[in-house]
Parts: sequence; C-alpha cells; structure tokens
Amino acid sequence: MSVVEDAAHSSAKGAKRPIRLFRNPMAKIASIPMILTAMVVFVGGTLWTVVHSFTGSRLLPKLNWVGLDQYERLWETPRWLISISNLALYGICSMILTLFIGFFLAALLDRKIRFESAFRTIFLYPFALSFVVTGLAWQWILNPDFGMQSLVQSWGWESFQFDPLNNPDIVMFGLLIAGIWQGSGLIMCIMLAGLRGIDEDIWKAARVDGIGTVKTYVRIVIPMMRPVFITSLVLIASGIIKLYDLVVAQTNGGPGISSEVPAKYVINYMFQAQNLGQGFAASTMMLCSVIIILIPWAYLEFGGRKNA
Amino acid sequence: MPDIALTGPRGPKPKKRFSRGNIILYGTLIMVSMYYLLPLYVMVVTSLKGMPEIRLGNVFGPPLEVTFQPWVKAWSEACTGLDCTGLSKGFWNSVQILIPSVVLSIAIASVNGYALSHWKFKGSEVFFTILILGAFIPYQTMLYPIVIMLREIGLMGDLWGLVLVHTVFGMPILTLLFRNYFASIPEELFKAARVDGAGFWRIYFQIMLPMALPIFVVAIILQVTGIWNDFLFGVIYTKPATYPMTVQLNNIVNSVQGVKEYNVNMAATLLTGLVPLVIYFASGKLFVRGIAAGAVKG
Repeated sequence: MSVVEDAAHSSAKGAKRPIRLFRNPMAKIASIPMILTAMVVFVGGTLWTVVHSFTGSRLLPKLNWVGLDQYERLWETPRWLISISNLALYGICSMILTLFIGFFLAALLDRKIRFESAFRTIFLYPFALSFVVTGLAWQWILNPDFGMQSLVQSWGWESFQFDPLNNPDIVMFGLLIAGIWQGSGLIMCIMLAGLRGIDEDIWKAARVDGIGTVKTYVRIVIPMMRPVFITSLVLIASGIIKLYDLVVAQTNGGPGISSEVPAKYVINYMFQAQNLGQGFAASTMMLCSVIIILIPWAYLEFGGRKNA
Repeated sequence: MPDIALTGPRGPKPKKRFSRGNIILYGTLIMVSMYYLLPLYVMVVTSLKGMPEIRLGNVFGPPLEVTFQPWVKAWSEACTGLDCTGLSKGFWNSVQILIPSVVLSIAIASVNGYALSHWKFKGSEVFFTILILGAFIPYQTMLYPIVIMLREIGLMGDLWGLVLVHTVFGMPILTLLFRNYFASIPEELFKAARVDGAGFWRIYFQIMLPMALPIFVVAIILQVTGIWNDFLFGVIYTKPATYPMTVQLNNIVNSVQGVKEYNVNMAATLLTGLVPLVIYFASGKLFVRGIAAGAVKG
C-alpha cells in the first residue's frame, strides 16, 4: 500500500504543473468583482477614511496633517456627545427590549397554538417596511395635536402627556417604539427557529421532574439557546450603529439636536457642513465601536470553538 | 393481560379549548398583534379621510367619508419644494434602480459563490473572509471614498452609480448565500461534469444554475426589499432628478413649506411601503428564509 501511495505522491510531485496564477483562469476572472469589492471598497475605502481623519480636510479631501485635532474637536462638540449618549440609550434599551420581546413572542408561538402562521406574519411584516416608512408612520401616530396623545385626552384623561416628538427628554423613546416595532419580528423569527431546534425530550424530562414551564425556560431552554442569543445580539448591535434613516424620517434630529445620532453626524458634516475631516473622524469612531463589539463576539464564536 | 386498566387512550389529556391558560395566551397574542397592526391600520384610515375630518381628531376612527383623493394627490401632485409631480417620479426612479441592481448583484454574487465553492484558488478564502467582515463595517466609513470612485468613473449622481453601489454592498450576503448553497451540491456531480470536459461557465449554466433556482428566488426577495427600502445610498449618490422613492417620500412628508396634509402624507407612505409589503405577503416562507439567511451573516 505504502509503495503505491509513495508512487502516486512522487508522480504528482514530478508532473509539470502549470504556473499557479494561470490555473483555472475563469474562476479568477469571475472573482474579480468580489476581490475588487473586498480590497478596493471595503479595505481601501476604510483605510482611506481612517487616514484622512488625521487631516484638516474641509470641502475637499487634502493630506494636510493635523494629528488628533479632529478627534479633540469631535469630543468637544456637544452635538457629538449628545449623539453618543442618545445612541447608548437607544442601543441599551433596544437590545434589552428587542431580545425580551423577541423571545417572549417566540415562546408564545411555540406553545403549539392555532393560527401560528397568521400571528407570525403579523409580527414580522414591519420588517419588510423601510425605516423611512416606519419613521413617518410613527411620526403621525405620535403627533401631539392629532395622534395618540390627543385621542387619550379626548377620552377624558385631560392631563395625559406623551409627546416624544416635541419633548427633548423622551424623544429617544419615540424612536425606540418605532425601532422595536420594525425590528423585533426578525428576532422573534430567529428565536423561534432556535426554540424549534430544542429537543422535545428536554421538555418531557422537565415535565417528569415537575419543573414548571417558566422555570424550564429560564433554567434550561435559555442557556441552551446561547448561540441564538449571541447571533441576535450581534444583529441588533450592528443595526443600532447604522441607525440613521429612522431618525431622519421621524424627527430629523429634533427637537433641536436632542435626537441626533452618530451616523447622522457623520453625514451632515461630510455632505452638508463641508467639514470632511470631522466626518472622517466621527466615522472612524463608529468603526472603532463596531470593532469593540465584534472582537469579543468573534472570540466567543471562533476562539471558544477551538478550545471546546 | 395483566395491565388491562392501562389500555385507555394514551398521550396527554386533551386540553379544554377555553382553559384559563389559553385565554391568557391568546389574549396576549391578540394584544401584541394590535400593537403591530396599529400603524398599518392608522395609515390606511388616515389616507382615506379628508383633511377636515382629520382635524377633528380621532386618529384611530374609521373614515366617515371614504375619499381616494389623497392617494391620487400623493401619486401625481404632491410637492417636494417647487416640483409638484408627486411620488410617481420617485417610483419610476426606484424601478429603474431596482431592476439592474437586482440582476447585476445576483449575477455577480452567484458566480462568485460558485467559484468560491467549487473552484477554490489560493487566496479565495481570504478574500471571502474580508468580504464578509466588510459587511460589518459601518457604511459611513466608506461613503466618501465611494463618492470619489464614482466621480472618477463619471457615474456620480447617475442611476448607474447607485446600481453599482447596491451591487457592491449586496455582495457579502449574496455571495455567502450562494456559496453555502453551491457547497451543498454534491462534489461528484461537479467532478463528473469536469470529466466530461465541461468548463467553468458550462458547469455553471448547465448544472449549477438550474439546481439553484430556489436560492435565486430567495436572493431576489432579499435584494428587492433591501434595495427598495434603501435611503442612505439614495440620498447620497443620486441627485434630486434621480432620487429613489424613499428619499422623495421623506422630502414630501418632511417638507417645511405649506400646510401639512396628513392624509396625502400617509397615502404616500403607504405607496412607498406597498412594493415590499406585496412581496412579503406573496412570498411567505421564502421571505423568512431570505431574512434568516441575511441574518446569520458571520
């Protein structure tokens, strides 16, 4: 056996191979768009932006180095600080609520109910709509003069106040209601798939042991669904950083600058205020926050698997 | 037969249909459904009311007098600034962006996915990993370099420039989708075709393509909804004459001039949401498959 193997080995070695670069040339030609996208747009574009964030570019990108000036200015600008704290507030609330609602709805749908697909269709349809449509719909519902507030007041509860679109203190919650309405269906779907993946025998075993339904969910099912929760978290987090269309449509950053978000800051500085350097610095900060989120996740996903 | 007493019906006791648990369960589901359905309902009823009726309040009430005037106005007369041609222009722009973007992005990504699954070459996995990681980079970091690139090739502000941008940003997820699908096609089939002398394109068109039709449908659903709903790229890479529907909708509704016509605004909003909604309700399970594929990016 080993002789045959050796022979095969040496013949493979001895045979003249065509030059590497020209082997299956069609596959390489076909991959050019992918390679260009990955290297030129994704890597090249990102590096270009990071490099130019250290320059004093204003109307046009220039390579006049100013060191960390743009970053210093960025962290002194109240509008950026408001953007960051808004995003943090929105992000934390949206993560907790979306995960909770998503899991709760999936658990309800998993109780072997009738009309499951009808309910699922209802919970998921907002996800098909754009953030612009979502924002405009909720802008109308939350309209202080004609919307929900005036309706509840007309029912006799005169002192009822819920006007997030006019009140800087709670405007982020107005956005949150809309954002959760749009995105929670997706998380419900992912959670439902996760729940369906759990072995029926586990439920039977829990029932035999006399463990209640809620306790089974909290103690057994949720720990088993850890990967599903992590996927959901990464999804929600990457969606939160992109938060832009919803704000533009629903509040346009108002009242005043009380609902500004980083993505909007970047675009306003780049394309309206003609202060490219600030825009580059702010977008580099956004990139950093993504990296901070991604590294622990990649570590958990891929580093953990190697050890196991 | 010692266990004669045990020969009753097996399995759990059938539940009563109106047990307390069931009432709570369905009650909760119906309450939650109302939260999800409310905005759609409000949009529909508002768009069918006249302005005097809206000023009376009661945003949730059904229209006393149904009028389709707001829909007509939103489609053909609504104003963005001084231009009063309605949403129809944005709709046709979106269609013109949508069709080439969907075709181009899926054509390129399917060939990429095919090359990555059956024609691996040195470095192909590295490029693929970079592509997938690129999907997590915030778009804001790449916006300006793309402006420069589009300007260099003379497509800035052009519909085709936006088509190119959609192709580029659709690539990570679509390539992943196709790569995973083609990788599940048995290697033997591919090898047999190779032995018979078929090359790269012949195998793609005669073997892979016909087998991959379901995944093409998923990709089309994913891309049509994604591109139709895009706002960010539309607002940056096009000019007012070529604005897609979402951008034009936002300009109409959030324009500061004139009296706010809420019924027209809601009709316009519904018109913009109609395309993805129709796709959603028509495609059912495939839509879920598409977003599930889109969801599990890494």
